[in-house]
Amino acid sequence: MTEPGLRDIWVYLSASPLLGLTMTLVAYGLAYRLYLKTHASPLANPVVTSVALLILVLLATGTSYQDYFEGGQFVHFLLGPATVALAVPLYQQFRRLRELWLPVTISLLCGVVIAAGSSVALAKLLGGSLEIQMSLAPKSATAPVAMGISEKIGGLPSLTAVLVVLTGITGAVLGTKLFEWIRVKDDTAKGIAMGVAAHGIGTARAFQVSSQMGAFSGLAMALSAFATALLVPWLVDLMASWLPV
Amino acid sequence: MPFLNGVTLLLVYQLTGEILVRLLGLPIPGPVLGMVMLFATLMIRGSVPDSLGQASGALLSHLSLLFVPAGVGMMTHFGRIADEWVPIALALVLSTVVTMVATALIMQLTTRWFVTPQRVEDEPND
Repeated sequence: MTEPGLRDIWVYLSASPLLGLTMTLVAYGLAYRLYLKTHASPLANPVVTSVALLILVLLATGTSYQDYFEGGQFVHFLLGPATVALAVPLYQQFRRLRELWLPVTISLLCGVVIAAGSSVALAKLLGGSLEIQMSLAPKSATAPVAMGISEKIGGLPSLTAVLVVLTGITGAVLGTKLFEWIRVKDDTAKGIAMGVAAHGIGTARAFQVSSQMGAFSGLAMALSAFATALLVPWLVDLMASWLPV
Repeated sequence: MPFLNGVTLLLVYQLTGEILVRLLGLPIPGPVLGMVMLFATLMIRGSVPDSLGQASGALLSHLSLLFVPAGVGMMTHFGRIADEWVPIALALVLSTVVTMVATALIMQLTTRWFVTPQRVEDEPND
């Protein structure tokens, strides 16, 4: 990049959404290829590898996240319509859901309370600051929901977005192994657990296992978004009075 | 064209969700309400139109991609994460594991209790 011509091109590109958007898709394309090469090993989760690759490229080229997000926002935006789209697999699994409504409701409520309660309690016990505790509390909900809740209870929404992604990756990577260990074989139970704990990234992983697991994970993700929004602010208040700081 | 119609439909439901959430002061995000309304519509209609099937299939088959830009945001929080990495990492991983294990077991148990002839088979793995 010593030539002025190239530098001009770089200056132009780094300020335009085209670069960030293209980089995102190329990185994901490469990550997805690697994922297929490793025979869909959960350790090669495409979110992990593409995020790592993009951060390396941005740091190496001295590009700021704000500049990158000019383009990244177009992909990020699609989270909204994708959430709406979850109604389709939900509808297709409705017959199965109707006979399971009671177990699903109980598991969901327990799961949401455990997810938020355990993360706040653990962060507190391990000496995390209040901001970290509050940013962690909604980590199992899908990104747009979690960010809104985080803001409401005194966390950092942008940090929450990152923690949400890390939580999803953790769930997607460990999920299938964990279910093997605890001998849960039923795709509906696995799907519900995946969706409650690891939202959309877990759901993406669940769809790779079976469409039934995916649909139940999507269902759990959607319903736990509701439950998290309603329960977590109240739960956090309650815990503040129970647990000494 | 069907694909485009499907995408339009998803956006219309999302937009309606966003507007209603703000008008009614609901504590849930707009897209989640949009999903509920679309689900209700499908229930009333009784089938998934082809256009919607195509659009939702395309979005959901690459759901992981959509989380990438938010994940890259990690680079703006390196400092904070480095300062408090022990509570963050342990709380995040342990709580995710506990949540998944507990939810899966609760779901399995309650399914056995409440759903009559639901047989959970032990199939040989691998």
